[in-house]
Amino acid sequence: METLIGLLVAAPLLGAGVLLTGGRRLNRYGHLLGTLLALVSFVLGLVLFANMLGKSADDRTLTSHLFTWVPVESFQAQVGFQLDQLSMTFVLLITGVGSLIHIYSIGYMEHDENRRKFFGFLNLFLAAMLLLVLADNYFLLYAGWEGVGLASYLLIGFWQHKPSAATAAKKAFLVNRVGDIGLSVAIMLMFTTFGSFAFADVLPAAKGADATQHATLTGIGFMLLLAACGKSAQVPLQSWLGDAMEGPTPVSALIHAATMVTAGVYLITRSGAIFNVAPDAQTAVVTVGTVTLLFGAIVGCAKDDIKKALAGSTMSQIGYMIMAAGLGPIGYVFAIMHLVTHGFFKAGLFLGAGSVMHGMNDEVDMRRYGGLRKYMPITFVTFGLGYLAIIGFPGLSGYFSKDKIIEAAFAKGGTEGWILGGCAMLGAAITAFYMTRVMLMTFFGEKRWERDAEGHEPHPHESPASMTIPMIVLAFGSVFAGALFSLNSRFVHWLEPVTGHSEGDSPLSTGAVTAGTLVVLLLGVALAWLMYGRRPVPAVAPRGSLLTRAARRDLLQDDFNHVVLVRGGEHLTRSLVYLDHSLVDGVVNGTAASVGGLSGRLRKLQNGYVRSYAVSMLGGTAVVVAATLLMRAV
Amino acid sequence: MSASARAASVHSLWTAAPAADKIPAPHIEYAQLSPVLIVFGVAAVGVLVEAFVPRRSRYTAQVGLAVVGLAAAFAALIALAEKGYGTTKAHIAAMGAVAVDGPALFLQGTILLVALVAVFTFAERRLDPMAHGRHVDSFAAQGSAVPGGDQERAAVRAGFTTTEVFPLLMFAVGGMLIFPAANDLLTLFVALEVFSLPLYILCALARRNRLMSQEAAVKYFLLGAFSSAFLLFGIALLYGYAGTVSYSGIASVIDGTAKTTPALASSTQNDALLLIGLAMVTVGLLFKVGAVPFHMWTPDVYQGAPTPVTGFMAAATKVAAFGALLRLLYVVLPGMRWDWRPVMWGVAIVTMVIGAVIAVTQTDVKRLLAYSSIAHAGFILAGVIATDRNGVSSVLFYLAAYSFVTLGAFAVVTLVRDAGGEATHLSRWAGLGRRSPLVAAVFAVFLLAFAGIPLTSGFAGKFAVFQAAAQGGAMPLVIVGVISSAIAAFFYIRVIVLMFFSEPKADGPSVAVPSPLTSTAIAVGVAVTLVLGLAPQYFLDLADKAGVFVR
Repeated sequence: METLIGLLVAAPLLGAGVLLTGGRRLNRYGHLLGTLLALVSFVLGLVLFANMLGKSADDRTLTSHLFTWVPVESFQAQVGFQLDQLSMTFVLLITGVGSLIHIYSIGYMEHDENRRKFFGFLNLFLAAMLLLVLADNYFLLYAGWEGVGLASYLLIGFWQHKPSAATAAKKAFLVNRVGDIGLSVAIMLMFTTFGSFAFADVLPAAKGADATQHATLTGIGFMLLLAACGKSAQVPLQSWLGDAMEGPTPVSALIHAATMVTAGVYLITRSGAIFNVAPDAQTAVVTVGTVTLLFGAIVGCAKDDIKKALAGSTMSQIGYMIMAAGLGPIGYVFAIMHLVTHGFFKAGLFLGAGSVMHGMNDEVDMRRYGGLRKYMPITFVTFGLGYLAIIGFPGLSGYFSKDKIIEAAFAKGGTEGWILGGCAMLGAAITAFYMTRVMLMTFFGEKRWERDAEGHEPHPHESPASMTIPMIVLAFGSVFAGALFSLNSRFVHWLEPVTGHSEGDSPLSTGAVTAGTLVVLLLGVALAWLMYGRRPVPAVAPRGSLLTRAARRDLLQDDFNHVVLVRGGEHLTRSLVYLDHSLVDGVVNGTAASVGGLSGRLRKLQNGYVRSYAVSMLGGTAVVVAATLLMRAV
Repeated sequence: MSASARAASVHSLWTAAPAADKIPAPHIEYAQLSPVLIVFGVAAVGVLVEAFVPRRSRYTAQVGLAVVGLAAAFAALIALAEKGYGTTKAHIAAMGAVAVDGPALFLQGTILLVALVAVFTFAERRLDPMAHGRHVDSFAAQGSAVPGGDQERAAVRAGFTTTEVFPLLMFAVGGMLIFPAANDLLTLFVALEVFSLPLYILCALARRNRLMSQEAAVKYFLLGAFSSAFLLFGIALLYGYAGTVSYSGIASVIDGTAKTTPALASSTQNDALLLIGLAMVTVGLLFKVGAVPFHMWTPDVYQGAPTPVTGFMAAATKVAAFGALLRLLYVVLPGMRWDWRPVMWGVAIVTMVIGAVIAVTQTDVKRLLAYSSIAHAGFILAGVIATDRNGVSSVLFYLAAYSFVTLGAFAVVTLVRDAGGEATHLSRWAGLGRRSPLVAAVFAVFLLAFAGIPLTSGFAGKFAVFQAAAQGGAMPLVIVGVISSAIAAFFYIRVIVLMFFSEPKADGPSVAVPSPLTSTAIAVGVAVTLVLGLAPQYFLDLADKAGVFVR
């Protein structure tokens, strides 16, 4: 069984290697090979899952040590895998959703001449993401972390002939670097504090840390949070996710909705033992999550670009997960549960959006849609189910997972609990509003589409089966996953051995929370219907309020970054250049000039006359003899 | 005194004495000295070749002899090393005159390989344009002819070449082989003269710029004689102090372990004799390694001598002279460490700094390399001062690495030519990288090795000596060494910049296409530079194994 873990990573890695080096002769079959290897990975995951279910809850962890990667004295970086319930959850999500999106991409990328390369990158992503969640130490996790970053960069910029795509890829890469520094510093701190970065050493050591180490652990926690912010697009490192939508839609669905962006949640949950003893870091995590869930939701309300609206929503939903993870043992399980259900419905929504774009000549502006339900029935139904799931319609996935997070937020207790719970509930209302807005603008109302630049009237049509089938499968997940997980608290029991779990002490009863959530949900839906359902949607966006205009500009995140970081950076650079020119160059040039001058003067001693050479030798000998005698005298 | 008694004394004077104290035939371990003997034998045969072989065939015969002789000597040396003469069986041969031990074998091996490569550059005949239908080399048509005179013209027209350079080279190599192995002061002096005299002559034999070449030779000769005088005077003083010229004998007198003879009782207590003698012998050796302030001959001689000779001299003389210096300081004078170390500190510091600083303003590539060799002598001295086994092995490694870089660099200098022969002025090298990228790149590799940039042998060597010096407690020396290296890096890199980032001149020099001989020499230089830079450990271990002197 242990060897299968390695194969799980190796299959897509092999695919990436073959597809990216194989050249044009693989063009005809490349996409099929990539999809096949993703499916192989998924099947291996299922086999391991079945095997795991056959064991008792405390005996489910499999480990597999491959080789020593960097052996330098006490610094021993191992390549080893650890498959427990937490990684298993991720493996199934990654390979399952990943396989579906591979299948979807066969149709979506049909007319792209670089389809083989695209599948190579997708396989590379799968391999790196699996490495990330299967690693048994932070060092190897970091390799996977960078690997998914690379794959994300390559896929965002896949259409690099578009300047916007190339810029977006660079932006994502740069912002992620900031987070990556956090992770590397965290690993360094772990190594200096505990002498290791293996989960098996660090996490128990953190649990048993004495008071003197708590400050360091808080530092590690903050650095891990920084890493999570970068990868999971949390405030203040959120700015790249909206632009990342420049990538092909399957990429947005897989990497920038279902899997990679949730790596931050994985990191925090995996490092739970560290955060449990670092309450300050936990507070920071909760704060970041809460701010982001509102931030993303507000941005999502104002976007007319369907993918960017969904990107805002992703940010907001991950905010929920980060917040839950920051709540400690009362939240870890629900963070991961929401992560999985979100993986289903958000991937489904993105695939639906891709299907709409596919039928609408790649139009992304929702103001140019309208009334599409008649033309794309399957897309409408699957998208609709995803919509119901994300807003938390009773009985669907999102209802179970999100309600649990809101409950856990209240269960935090005290004023903090009320604030967190209130924000989470407000977020739920805004979610209902913006998702209803997307739904109404896309599928209801009058048709508003226009001729494109070349004068083609779009002919909306349903997408081919290779695209609709994955959407249908994901729709099933969106509908039933939550109920499946929540029945008899199955998911809680499943993950508890890894993450630990405790029931909080909620000031409100479960019923009250559910009722409150339903009320705000209805309010959000009703408000959206009043604004976008009852009256026609203008084809050109109205000017809007100050908040709307700010939200359209992603709440001024880029303006903020520009003024504070870019301008500040430029000023810093200029002053450093000035210092370099005046001070450093002055010293350097001064030294060089004095060496040169000395050299010129010394050179004159070399006058070419043997007599003066002999004199210098004689003098030298006299000095050497005198010095030798003097040394004895002293 | 009775008649019979007188008769007896006369008898004893004239007849009995030889019978009683027959001078014993010296016991010579021929097998263990075979590398040296082979080289001298080949040199002697070379002289006979000059005398009896027709002029046409001399070149081929001499080159063949030299190559075979050096290769055979090297093979004999390897055989000795394999038998353990470098480690377990190390001992002193030839009645105490010559040591056969690790450092001696390592240095002799280096000298033999350097000489073998040098023979290739000596034998190069494709670089100069054909003179009257004959290929000519870098050496004068007839050494004795007056420059610019009728005799010279006639010799050139007749297509003469000086094939005597090969036996001269072999004699020099023979002397250099004994120099680092010499185990008494007289052998040391004889070996010095044996390798110096051929070098003086070789320096005078340049085909072009003969006046400059002869001037260089005369300067080298005069100053060499001057330094020999110091050496000899020092030897006399040390003999006066210890009553022996043998290294181990002097060492045991210094240690106080020797039996003192009543006749010498007054002088063995006279430390002034010892100290002045020590200083003067050291000066003689420092002259040969080119340490400041005994360095002034170096730039003039390096510039004037035929470039193949310069390359050989710069590489091999340094190896031999540092070998002798190491043996002197480690075998004879370890008990005097506290006396000579401070002085050598000073010499090393001045050598590093002055060598690097003066090189900054040089405009001639051969003079530049000469000052660079002075600075390198300073770096090696830093390793010598460490006075422990690491010091020895780091110096051995440095010498091996440095000699091949030097040889290769001077071989490249022979390629860059214009109508007047080699174009050694740096301004003529501008833009060479554009016209002859390969040659410029190879030279750049050598310059980077000189500068001690990682992945070249120069880095490994410099790291080794500085590490040894630091462990030996000479941290200030290391700091000065690193600063000097930084200054030195400036002028090495400047040449690279000049070659690759300057516009080539319209009437710039051309790069001659060498025969396989010079190409081999350069290729060996590059290969050794890169191998010792990329994988130095094997050779460091080898030098470490060879790092123990026999006493």
